[in-house]
Amino acid sequence: MSRALRLFGRFAVIATLFAAVAWFSDHPAYRQIPEGSAVMMLTFVHGADRRGECRRLSPEEIQKLPPNMRRVQDCPRVRRPIYVELDVNGRNVYRASLPPTGIAGDGPSRVYQRFVLPARTYDLAVRMRDTARSEGFDHERRDTIDLAADQLLVVDYRSESGEFIFR
Amino acid sequence: MISAIRNALRVGFALIEEPFDRLFGPALNPLAQLGALGFFFFWIVAVSGIYLFIFFDTGIERAYQSVEYLTREQWFHAGVMRSFHRYASDLMVVMVVVHLLREFAYDHYRGVRWYSWFTGLPIIWLLYASGITGYWLVWDKLAQYVAIVSSELLDWLPFFGEPIARNFISTGTLTSRFFSLMVFMHVAVPLFLLFIMWVHILRISRPKVNPPRTLALLSLIALLAVSIWKPAISQGPAVLAKVPAQVGVDWFYLPLYPLASIWSNGAVWALLAAFSLMIGLMPWLPPLRRAKPAEIDLAHCNGCARCVEDCPYEAIRMVGRTDGTPFPTQAQVNPSLCVSCGICVGACPSSTPFRRTQDLRTGIDLPEFSLKEIRERVVEVASRLTGPSRVLVLACEHGAAAGRLEGTVVMPCVAMAPPSLIDFALSRDLADGVAIVGCAESACYNRLGIKWTEQRFSGERDPYLRARVPRERIATIWASALAVKKAETEIAAFAARLTTLSPKRLRSPLPASVWSRPAKACEAAELREEL
Repeated sequence: MSRALRLFGRFAVIATLFAAVAWFSDHPAYRQIPEGSAVMMLTFVHGADRRGECRRLSPEEIQKLPPNMRRVQDCPRVRRPIYVELDVNGRNVYRASLPPTGIAGDGPSRVYQRFVLPARTYDLAVRMRDTARSEGFDHERRDTIDLAADQLLVVDYRSESGEFIFR
Repeated sequence: MISAIRNALRVGFALIEEPFDRLFGPALNPLAQLGALGFFFFWIVAVSGIYLFIFFDTGIERAYQSVEYLTREQWFHAGVMRSFHRYASDLMVVMVVVHLLREFAYDHYRGVRWYSWFTGLPIIWLLYASGITGYWLVWDKLAQYVAIVSSELLDWLPFFGEPIARNFISTGTLTSRFFSLMVFMHVAVPLFLLFIMWVHILRISRPKVNPPRTLALLSLIALLAVSIWKPAISQGPAVLAKVPAQVGVDWFYLPLYPLASIWSNGAVWALLAAFSLMIGLMPWLPPLRRAKPAEIDLAHCNGCARCVEDCPYEAIRMVGRTDGTPFPTQAQVNPSLCVSCGICVGACPSSTPFRRTQDLRTGIDLPEFSLKEIRERVVEVASRLTGPSRVLVLACEHGAAAGRLEGTVVMPCVAMAPPSLIDFALSRDLADGVAIVGCAESACYNRLGIKWTEQRFSGERDPYLRARVPRERIATIWASALAVKKAETEIAAFAARLTTLSPKRLRSPLPASVWSRPAKACEAAELREEL
């Protein structure tokens, strides 16, 4: 084999391998949701009430505390879990009691749930309980939503205004 | 189980390497340059990355626009550089994966080689972190997909208070500062990767970090051709209100991302943890093999440092003399680095089988397979050779002749045989020809055994093969353990060639009666006695 031919052969092999690598760098395409569907995300971060009420310490109890840590009230840090429900067209698709985060259980509860739905109109209802009550809900929102194909609908909760938002 | 996988892979590599060897030659065979090519592609990624950074703008809108500008408007330089950046990154993954599989197939990961194997693991992690942060910067649909899946994976770990993924599902939460952070990550992680790549080769003597020029040039031209043929492009701007439903995934960097939605984030982490654990533990899994390391005999060491020069594992160093002899230095073996390949024995000027001492000793030797034993084996094996052309085979235990019985002396590496051993075999008329049969040329088990052997024979490297040794009576055959037929054919051809040669003139200085052929029956016994 002549030197030039051999060199061309080497180039052809390398170029073919590189072309294969280039092709696999974006092929075959991956479809993460079926065609004609959309995604609904239920996600928020919210801290529920503390488990217990603040208690006024007696003078004896205050006296027992180290001088640099003396305080008038004892407030438990642990938060209550949040209870959430989500209905789509009247059918419950999600319900969970979300524990507080953090080692001491004093962080906010969080939820991040993904639902893949066919693109069409839906009646959505989302409810949340974040207080000591054992029945009923503290926050609720119902709405009719038009879900377009490939749309990402986020069901969020704004702690500042205390309301659910659909966006 | 592991052995079965390793053997299957070894067969696979041998099948692929043979045609590559034929086309490229052993010196240019890309499969023998995987580590060097990995470094080469790293530098291409680094240079093209610096070039692209000139055009890149760190803003939510501007990031995508700036990448589009360099791809479309400045395609002839910046666009090509982008393709270089993308494809060289992908090729680096290919090099790393094939390199890992090849080292596993050829059993290059156990014993003292654990260090390079183990430090390869963080290289894989950092390589993937570098690539994934790079995809994030383009801020197209693929970047959006990568951002969401990556942050969902991170959110699964119990480290973050608030889900990071929430930042990528609606507008208004993401700021330009995020892109500044990602640029920092995309620079810092590859820098750390380079540091670990340096750590990875620390214990290797003469590591190959640059491919041969021809191979590098061919790769550059091929990369340019592919970049023009199929330029790397974006996949449309990221729109947080929409799902990046269909994306062209880079299957080299993101093969696990679709798995995260098919399985779960926890399952992907479990897979990664299991893979890392397995790779990390593999050097210590049974069966463990550990031959005794080489030992120095100071009475025969003159501190010439040839063993230090030739050791492929940097297991020997020179230290101050301790025995009071007038030499300034002596060799010292680091047992934790020595693989007992015996290359140092072949390099030692004291390793000469012609020595007439009762107990053949050399400056550095393997306790479990000494030079004295090799000489005895050569004499014993040669005594059984018959026929018009007696071929003595000196074989590497990892090469094609390792399982050969007749007329063969097997050793850890052919470079363990000092050139004077060939001189000895021919001048003592123990054989008519000597065939050195090692591993495949592009896959020397001990990396430098073939190179040192050839350089010693050609007089380029100490210790030389003496000029008086007839070269036509020596054959060097490089063939993998699977190429037994090829090796046998070449040995047979060599034997046939020997019959056409004129009689040897090289003769031992010892009495002919002891070494000549007619007295062969008693010769070996007498020689053994002599030795």
